[in-house]
Amino acid sequence: MNKIILIINREYVSRVKKKSFLLVTFLVPMLFIGMYAAIFFLTKQSYEDTHEIVHVIDKDGSISKQLKNNKNITYSFSNTDLQKQIDELKNGAKNTNLLIIPADFYTVRKIELLSAGKPNISTQNEIRSQLRDITRNEQYRKMGLNVDSIRHIDDNIQIAAKEITETGDAKDSHTEIAMGIAMGLCFLIYLSLVLFGTQVMRGVIEEKSNRIVEVVISSVKPFQLMMGKIIGIGMVGITQFILWILLSLTLMTIFSTALLDNKEVAQQAMRRNVTELPGEQTTTANADFDWMAALDSVNFTELTICFFVFFLGGYLLYSALFAAVGSAVDSETEAGQFTMPITMPLLIPYVLSFGVLINDPHGSIATWLSMIPLTSPVAMLVRVPFGVPTWQIVLSASLLVGGFIVTTWFAARIYRVGILMYGKKASLKELLKWFNYKK
Amino acid sequence: MLDIRHIVKQYSQHRALDDISLHVPKGSIFGLLGPNGAGKTSLIRIINQITAPDSGEIYFDGQLLHPKHIERIGYLPEERGLYKKMKIGQQMLYLAQLKGLSKGDATLRIRKWFEKLQIESWWDKKVEDLSKGMQQKVQFVATVVHEPDLIILDEPFSGFDPVNAQVIQEEILELNKKGATIIYSTHRMESVEQLCDYIALINKAKKVLDGPVREIKRSYQQQVYVIAFSVQHDGQVPNFSETSLFDVIEEKTTIDSHEVTIRLQNGNTLNNTLLYFIPKVDIQQVREVVPSMHDIFIDHVTESTTNKFSHYE
Repeated sequence: MNKIILIINREYVSRVKKKSFLLVTFLVPMLFIGMYAAIFFLTKQSYEDTHEIVHVIDKDGSISKQLKNNKNITYSFSNTDLQKQIDELKNGAKNTNLLIIPADFYTVRKIELLSAGKPNISTQNEIRSQLRDITRNEQYRKMGLNVDSIRHIDDNIQIAAKEITETGDAKDSHTEIAMGIAMGLCFLIYLSLVLFGTQVMRGVIEEKSNRIVEVVISSVKPFQLMMGKIIGIGMVGITQFILWILLSLTLMTIFSTALLDNKEVAQQAMRRNVTELPGEQTTTANADFDWMAALDSVNFTELTICFFVFFLGGYLLYSALFAAVGSAVDSETEAGQFTMPITMPLLIPYVLSFGVLINDPHGSIATWLSMIPLTSPVAMLVRVPFGVPTWQIVLSASLLVGGFIVTTWFAARIYRVGILMYGKKASLKELLKWFNYKK
Repeated sequence: MLDIRHIVKQYSQHRALDDISLHVPKGSIFGLLGPNGAGKTSLIRIINQITAPDSGEIYFDGQLLHPKHIERIGYLPEERGLYKKMKIGQQMLYLAQLKGLSKGDATLRIRKWFEKLQIESWWDKKVEDLSKGMQQKVQFVATVVHEPDLIILDEPFSGFDPVNAQVIQEEILELNKKGATIIYSTHRMESVEQLCDYIALINKAKKVLDGPVREIKRSYQQQVYVIAFSVQHDGQVPNFSETSLFDVIEEKTTIDSHEVTIRLQNGNTLNNTLLYFIPKVDIQQVREVVPSMHDIFIDHVTESTTNKFSHYE
């Protein structure tokens, strides 16, 4: 037992001390956060810097009164004729727009916005948002409803949407968030399983081609060496994830206090993201999508626990297979023919996740894939953000544990023979023969 | 030290060891000889408990071989190497700790060995920065640092230049003098006679010969002698065919001497033979032809049953 700790220690320390580990650990979150910070920063900059003048030609007559000036847009209601104003735009007056509201605006809900150069998106959003409010209010008024009480009811609907999310209905208003998280998790677990699995394989090949393996297994059992390597590298992976989470949280806090103090900016940025999503227009009466509430609806604790459980289970399962492959070959180039078939079960749910799994996370394909130990790490993580009954998660995790025990046993039998076979090209038939050797 | 009884090891179609029994006396240097693929490495791996035999058992110092004995064995495999990117000192510590030494103990002993072999400056070097011979030296230290009672060396001198081979050979002999039993596996016969007290010869999974080196060589004495002489005044080389005391195997003539290799016939003695020579020639030298281990090895491995020393005829 003491010896396996020595092996774990060597595998862990030799990797964590590497420069590449530090580089990846610290640079990746920096890169991600930095990217978002840059986007927000630029948004803020451009938002604060621009000031647009919008000339309104209101053929209806009642609308222009309801448009409100703010920091970035000043409406002007001149009565100059249309052609003259268009000529003005042609001459390239900067930050000037012409908004033409037709007489039948309330029925067609269509406007024209002319500008010199490319129309500014935030100006468009602002105008659209204001006009939506106006239109909505007009419709309420026609129906004889009180606008203020409607707003009050809207708030209640949002609370109801949170309830729906927790019971797992796919048609709740936060589906997009669940999708985004599912895709992210699926990508992360797929990548990390392949990455760390390959590291195990490389480690085994290195020991074999260095010819140190026989020296080591004259002191410890091959199984101890294999498990020591797997556990050591797995701990490197977990260390990396924990550091990533800590670093991201720290950076996120710094970034949000430093840059998001201006709530208006944040809302503007959020709104833009949301309006770009398809099908958003019909969701709530209030055009402001409550991003924070949506994020609150995601159970991050559950997700984190699930991620670690399924990463660990999947890692133990796949790294054992990778170790067996590493033991069977003499060089990494030779390993290709074996890594293909063993990464297939990972690749399938990963590819399916973009369509089938995300669109129908509780369908039979998704459910089955999330139960089979080889595919469950990826498939289950796609499903979890949509809400999966606890019994299913527990069942899938237990099956995964069973799966990795079986594969480890299987891999160990090949490994103990493979590491001592030099210069012998292993075929599948050969591997089966090794498997049947009696120790 | 080691009692190997009826070991059989079967790999699907191929039988690697077929009923091998050996006795390795305590404090001896035991040569395990055999051509490539004879089963030496299979046997050594079983002794090191890397693999298990299908049947038969091994007694280590009177006890049935058990995983706890691993710490009393030092093994230098034929296929050996070190972690290329790891610093020598750390690597040695790691390997020594795997053999059950505490960190402090291991550090002390490794330092002592490094001083002895004058390689202290290598502590912080990486293996990839060392030459092949240097690596072998380090590897040798890793094999013996835990002061094992049984040291198993599989082709220990491969990769060494003659100077370093000599250094290592002296270290092996010194370890043996201090009480370590050494199993020396090789197919290079020259060193066997210098080093080994006992040998076992394995060929095609079977033991074909074992025992003390001296006895084996005696049993292979063929009553073959070389007699060098100069011819007397009349210049006539005697015609040896007239006598039935011996058979002539080879005759050589140089400017000032003749050399004849003879095999005594049954019941005859060297004295009688010399009596035959004395009146005829001036004897300059008489020497017995003792078969080298190399000859014995070749003889067994090539399975020439008719002529024991075919290369003499």
